[in-house]
Amino acid sequence: MTKEDLKIKLIELFPQFTTEIPSATIDESGTWLKMNISKEDFLNVVTQLKTNLSFHFDFLFCLTCIDWKTHLTMVYHFTSTTHRQPLVLQITLDREHPEIETVSSIWRTAEFHEREVYEMFGVNFLHHPDLRLLILPDGWENKRPMLKDFEDPINMIKL
Amino acid sequence: MYRETDIVQDTSIEGDLIINVGPQHPSTHGVLHLVITLNGETIKKIEPHLGYIHRSIEKMCESLSYRQFIYVTSKMDYLSSHINNHGCALCIENGLQIEVPPRAQAIRVLMDELTRMASHQLWWGANAMDIGALTPFFHAFREREMINDIFEETCGTRLTMNYMVPGGVMADLHPNFQKRVKEFIPHFKSKIVEYDELLTDNIIFQNRTKGIGIISKEDAISYGCTGPVARGSGVYCDVRKLNPYEIYSQLKFDEIIETGGDCFARYMVRMREMKQSLSIIEQLIDVIPEGDFQAKTKAVLKLPKGEFYSQIETARGEFGVYIVSEGGTTPYRIKFRSPGFSNLSALDFMARGSKIGDLIAIMGSLDLVIPDIDR
Repeated sequence: MTKEDLKIKLIELFPQFTTEIPSATIDESGTWLKMNISKEDFLNVVTQLKTNLSFHFDFLFCLTCIDWKTHLTMVYHFTSTTHRQPLVLQITLDREHPEIETVSSIWRTAEFHEREVYEMFGVNFLHHPDLRLLILPDGWENKRPMLKDFEDPINMIKL
Repeated sequence: MYRETDIVQDTSIEGDLIINVGPQHPSTHGVLHLVITLNGETIKKIEPHLGYIHRSIEKMCESLSYRQFIYVTSKMDYLSSHINNHGCALCIENGLQIEVPPRAQAIRVLMDELTRMASHQLWWGANAMDIGALTPFFHAFREREMINDIFEETCGTRLTMNYMVPGGVMADLHPNFQKRVKEFIPHFKSKIVEYDELLTDNIIFQNRTKGIGIISKEDAISYGCTGPVARGSGVYCDVRKLNPYEIYSQLKFDEIIETGGDCFARYMVRMREMKQSLSIIEQLIDVIPEGDFQAKTKAVLKLPKGEFYSQIETARGEFGVYIVSEGGTTPYRIKFRSPGFSNLSALDFMARGSKIGDLIAIMGSLDLVIPDIDR
């Protein structure tokens, strides 16, 4: 499957693109197709990406978050072991109270990746089976060290 | 999807025993802490506790320039430091559209494959040692030493080489390089037969690894496993074949697939991969193109605004570098997708229901490098 095929299929299947004011956008400028969707559509879209056999995105190879100082962006990189055409999914979140549905019941690798994003960026993953600190030691809850305005005068040296 | 038994988090059932393996334990090869819930001798649940060697490399890289941050990545997966550097260099070259000279490409592939062999040799010795055979460790280190000497001559160091830079490699090959590698090839060819005689065909070793720690193809994909762990379960995932970088598309080699899904299948994948790496080196060593070893680049690199992702096959699986650039001299956000992190998450699934004595064999077959997981 090529990038163009994937784009056509996505537009066919998701009504978000076809209404007069589309709530989702597709960006073709990068190596891979990038799709921006709203938080409300998220669970529906990812479930279809996994279960719909014309997509069959069964491999979530990267899950991370970016702090843009005004908002957070969740970034999901999917690919499929059948057609091998990667897709990037981005969802904008509120910076103060970031919340999003977990995908750990769809891709099990997400459980660890989401725990990492939770402790580093403070994103609350709803319905996650075990949302605890993974890498940071006890006492670092809600410190969100990967945010751009994080300050630690003892352990951090500013260049 | 989750099974009902997986959702149970409360394990304080009477009769269960909770034991800690690590942080300091000889078979974790680093500082990994596992909290294991046992029922008799049977493993009910494994909870990895990470972060004992977390250095927040991703945050550090945000204040280092594109030339500087590559050196930090050597310290993640210290057994594949060439390949880590290579992955980062690829991502920057991808963003800046730098054409790497053919000589540099050949050198990079040679170094990658030597690294892969050195890493698999160390794993082979350590895996056997975990299971209880001490002799293979010394055999493996004898051959690994030769590769390290080759690296030392050209790169100056033996472990964290920092040899690959954006645009090519840092220095030209040492005049002795071809001679040394040509000495190594026949030596290792005779020794790998010994490896098989010593360990692969050993009935005690086979009994300890066959049918242990089974993971199916679907589960391996769902857990995001890559590298020999996934290929041992029959998943085609070799980045060198699927998404060829440098000159891999012109080389003849096979992607090794085993379908057993157990510790022995993962073992066999790595053993056969060593022979493939040797064959790649044989194809290349006499035909290294002449020319520049580095493309001409600006002193200060500035990636255009955007997002860049590069994939590379390390000895442990797929290593991903995700750079978000705002157009400045430092990356705005950088994420390293380390293969060990995803492979480790499958440990709980693999080990559930097996005996505590098999846990070490399963961990050994995952080939975990802890700094790679913690970053």
